[in-house]
Amino acid sequence: MITMQNVCKTYKVSKRDAGFSSALKALLHREYELIHALDGVSFTISEGEMVGYIGPNGAGKSSTIKILSGILTPEEGTCQINGLTPWKNRIEHVRNIGVVFGQRTQLWWDVPVIDSFELLKEIYRISDHTYRRNLEQLSEMLGLSELLKTPARQLSLGQRMRCEIAASLLHDPKILFLDEPTIGLDAVSKLAVRDFILKLNEEKKTTVILTTHDMQDIEALTNRIILIGKGRILLDGTISDISSGFNSTEEGLAAFYKSHNI
Amino acid sequence: MKKYLAFFRLRFSMGLQYRAAALAGMATQFFWGTMEILMFRAFYRADPAAFPMTLEATCAYVWLQQAFLTLFAAWLMEGEIFDSIINGNIAYELCRPVNIYNMWFSRSIAARFSRAMLRCMPVLLLAVVLPAPYGLMAPADGAAFFLFILSMLLGAGVAVSFCMLVYMTCFFTISSMGLRIVMTSLVEFFSGGIIPLPFLPDGIRKVFEALPFASMQNVPLRIYSGNLQGDEMLKALSLQVFWLCILILIGKLLDALAMKKITVQGG
Repeated sequence: MITMQNVCKTYKVSKRDAGFSSALKALLHREYELIHALDGVSFTISEGEMVGYIGPNGAGKSSTIKILSGILTPEEGTCQINGLTPWKNRIEHVRNIGVVFGQRTQLWWDVPVIDSFELLKEIYRISDHTYRRNLEQLSEMLGLSELLKTPARQLSLGQRMRCEIAASLLHDPKILFLDEPTIGLDAVSKLAVRDFILKLNEEKKTTVILTTHDMQDIEALTNRIILIGKGRILLDGTISDISSGFNSTEEGLAAFYKSHNI
Repeated sequence: MKKYLAFFRLRFSMGLQYRAAALAGMATQFFWGTMEILMFRAFYRADPAAFPMTLEATCAYVWLQQAFLTLFAAWLMEGEIFDSIINGNIAYELCRPVNIYNMWFSRSIAARFSRAMLRCMPVLLLAVVLPAPYGLMAPADGAAFFLFILSMLLGAGVAVSFCMLVYMTCFFTISSMGLRIVMTSLVEFFSGGIIPLPFLPDGIRKVFEALPFASMQNVPLRIYSGNLQGDEMLKALSLQVFWLCILILIGKLLDALAMKKITVQGG
């Protein structure tokens, strides 16, 4: 069970005009602008649900994921995930979650993937039995057996992403956050990742929260969507709320963004 | 504890795979040591009585310093740690049930030990076969050797806990470059990396010896050659323990502070 109530997060961003003279001016006097990344965000997600979290670039998606995973502290609001406040009980909280950031890597660059997995086994204190079972299952479902002995730096993006997802699930997390897991993947890898997420949700009842710009991800995976723009929740409903009356979800979404001026 | 050992193991085995870097490093260190000893030789020729250490002890100091350079050098910081803070990859590390300070500490210690292990032997062997007084002499006695090892471990700990402070301040500034450059050149001089501390004028030397930087390479290298003995040695060893505790304490405080206000860069 995840509840977020009235969460606000503001960033201070330094700004200046282009050019040399304004760079000199900024040396003496710096101008900041406050950006409201999240402006009173509230939602509830129950156990075993699969939710698509969407919105244009800069809407506050990543900030929300960071708050949910305990690595960002908001100024205002409350958040409870299975009874814990992520940023206050970071270490206990992160034991129960898995996170995949599509644009970053958690694998050790210069060593074989399996070494990174073994390290995770120690970090999460996974028992030998559970580790072996999960590793077997994940390698089969994601087709990893060939990849495990290769150093992460020599994997293609699609191969690496499959390893990243496996790495996030070795410790049987109850909740999985996926931040753009299909970014940059080819069609085959995308389908493989989607299939896997569906199966995971069905079999293990893992709660999945997914951010993406790919509407096909959303169509294939989730019923419920939460749409955020300029730091506010604009819609909490189903995909048909957006796509009805349009040829594709993409068109519907573009029209929605336009009508809300975001 | 076990999980931090796992970090140590992985970083250690990773460090062992950079063979070409180790070869290049060894060659550099051997030549550097030779040059330094040639320079000292010229000085000693002028007036051997004018120096606080015998030429033999100075040569031992130089060779051990070169052999264990990667263990003590404060400028050998973990690039990956800076990268992860600056590009935001630290997001993943924060999503783990680990304490950031302890994890980085075990990683840095492992990196230093694996580098030193790969490189020290050939330099030491070459130095041993060089004719006296230019080679590496045997340790003053058995006890001195044992205390040398102990002090070396403490010294590496002090160096790492000092680097940890630099990593931690990186959470509060956007670029760490300036701080790194200032720190590393200062530490080189203050720790006796350029010339051994006994060569400095008395007044300055006393101040330097009390600073944490003297607790890095200065103590073990001088214990080995017998330049540091008796009460003075005990004082130096306790000072090492003292600075190790203080630096870790400050690092832990910074860690707690950083975790409260952290902003992960990038979307």
